[in-house]
Amino acid sequence: MIHLEKRAEPSQLWAAFTPVLAVILTMIAGGLMFAALGKDPFEVLRTIFWDPLFSEQFSAYSRPQLLVKAGPLILIAIGLALGFRAGIWNIGAEGQYIIGAISGAAVGLAFYPTESWLIYPLMVIAGATGGWAWAMIPAILKTRFNTNEILVSLLLVYVAEQLLASMALSTLRNPEGNGFPGSRNLSQYWSTSNPELITGTGMHLGVLFAFITVIMAYILLHKHMLGFHIRLTGESPRAARFAGVNPTRLILICLGTSGALAGLAGLFEVTGPAGQISIDFNVGYGFTAIIVAFLGRLHPVGILLAGLLMALTYIGGELAQFMLGLPGASIQAFQGMLLFFLLGVDVLTNFRIRIGHGGAK
Amino acid sequence: MDLSSINPLVLITTVMIAATPILLAALGELIVEKSGVLNLGVEGMMITGAICGFAIAVETGNPALGMLAAMVGGALLSLVFAFFTQILLANQVATGLALTLFGLGLSSLLGQGYVGVKPPSTPKIDIPLLSDLPVVGPVLFQHDMVVYFSILMVVVIWAMLKFSRIGLVLRAVGESHDAAHALGFKVVRIRIMAIMFGGAMAGLGGAYLSLVRVPQWVDGMTAGAGWIALAIVVFASWRAGRVLLGAYLFGGVTILQLNLQAAGVNLPVEYLSMSPYLITILVLVIMSAKGGRASLGAPAALGRIFHASS
Repeated sequence: MIHLEKRAEPSQLWAAFTPVLAVILTMIAGGLMFAALGKDPFEVLRTIFWDPLFSEQFSAYSRPQLLVKAGPLILIAIGLALGFRAGIWNIGAEGQYIIGAISGAAVGLAFYPTESWLIYPLMVIAGATGGWAWAMIPAILKTRFNTNEILVSLLLVYVAEQLLASMALSTLRNPEGNGFPGSRNLSQYWSTSNPELITGTGMHLGVLFAFITVIMAYILLHKHMLGFHIRLTGESPRAARFAGVNPTRLILICLGTSGALAGLAGLFEVTGPAGQISIDFNVGYGFTAIIVAFLGRLHPVGILLAGLLMALTYIGGELAQFMLGLPGASIQAFQGMLLFFLLGVDVLTNFRIRIGHGGAK
Repeated sequence: MDLSSINPLVLITTVMIAATPILLAALGELIVEKSGVLNLGVEGMMITGAICGFAIAVETGNPALGMLAAMVGGALLSLVFAFFTQILLANQVATGLALTLFGLGLSSLLGQGYVGVKPPSTPKIDIPLLSDLPVVGPVLFQHDMVVYFSILMVVVIWAMLKFSRIGLVLRAVGESHDAAHALGFKVVRIRIMAIMFGGAMAGLGGAYLSLVRVPQWVDGMTAGAGWIALAIVVFASWRAGRVLLGAYLFGGVTILQLNLQAAGVNLPVEYLSMSPYLITILVLVIMSAKGGRASLGAPAALGRIFHASS
């Protein structure tokens, strides 16, 4: 008989190794899924994980894309991880990402066609404020009325999507766009564009910002009192209350920060890789970032690596779609599987597996 | 704007149809939460049920078989959740999210060949005598079997929770799993069964969406219905009768907003489309403003991990 025995302390070794194990398990289960779809699993896995980086044919295009895709994922996931650590569940980052992009773009478009170096910083502030404000809705409802933040933040994603459609179709529509939906292309004007900082690397301001956020989050969580309070609240809410942690303040800070970071990610995306506000502007980064946060074990450095890996599955997935005719949805299922396995193998961190009788049962 | 084009009798009938998927999913989740488990994967199970039901109904030409397949599909997917949260003791919130993300991907994968296909129509069953009543008859007693089933389930679940031994055991497990375990109840086994029931109901709700309400297969067609079902359970204070009220209220808002769109109200379509979500949030706020989780009637062990040794 197999049974579980609780460890006195979570195992450090397993904590580091479980993400790797989860990736391996996902590759096996994903391989089976690809085989079921009638594809050669080894070829698919090679196309997803190897070809974008090392194949001579594709790497020139794919390598820069790695940073372009990882940037927003890391930025959003860092913010989410702060909340997740404290047991505050913001799962509406997708909505905050959309609102950040809309607010930032609206400011940029308001100044059109003025050219000034002042405009972009204003847009950045607007983007962060937009995301922050959208996240404040669940935060204030939670602190004032004790409303479940999971449901409110998620339902607001659908509201944000409708708002995005309305913006793309009417309010922010390009007046010279021949009636097509979508705003002016912000990346075509110097003042409102977020270009590559180093040509051919995919490195833009948002990616730089994501890297800085990783460092800031690391310092916050490990060297600062607020970070200690966040971790304490997550691990033992009762102890945190005795230690004088103000839960209301913590909720406002965690949701606000994650909203602002998601808003920033939206702004950098709309001014850079996406270029314009359009109906299908959001591609699910806000949801994938949840996987990134867990894959990185809610640790800033882990999230950095996890963001890069998840970006790889996006790019590799597109490549597999293009080269092997693999359905795009299978990558989404693949990413969902990864989150399952991650959460599942975590049992090894907190429990010992015992075979045979005995022990507490 | 022409509001006279809205026929109140037709309106009530369509409200019942719009409310049924959410009612089914919310009733399932009610049982899951009563057993102390928070499954946030309702959206994923609904959409998986929607495509399973749609595919089987199209292949066999029999909508009833489709509905059955949807229940099996939803229950199988919920079994994944049950395995991870009950056996491997994973965090329920995160696993539920994973279930939703995975379900959305899986359904779109399964549904590739079914975009634009027309499903077989689900027959309506007129209840003898009652359906011949003037006004009330056509509105209340000329529906398909799933609508009747959903209302029957409200009564069954209410009675089960209130009067039966099974209901008592379920509630005991949800209020205090340690006490229930000490009394000799199989906490994990009971919870797994509750989770599977929730999955089957969500799956059926999804199939009703794809086979009757819409009726066709569109990627991501549940569009938050699963999340609204979760909100309705909170709104209902974990009571079956109030789940019915909540689902019909929500169905009413959805249909009203669609009718206003059709009547050409002087408000952009997008703002009307967001109203059901906004009203759900509003209702959640009003309900939760009354007090803490306990005073609302939430099961005390909701979302807590059970392990016999700890």
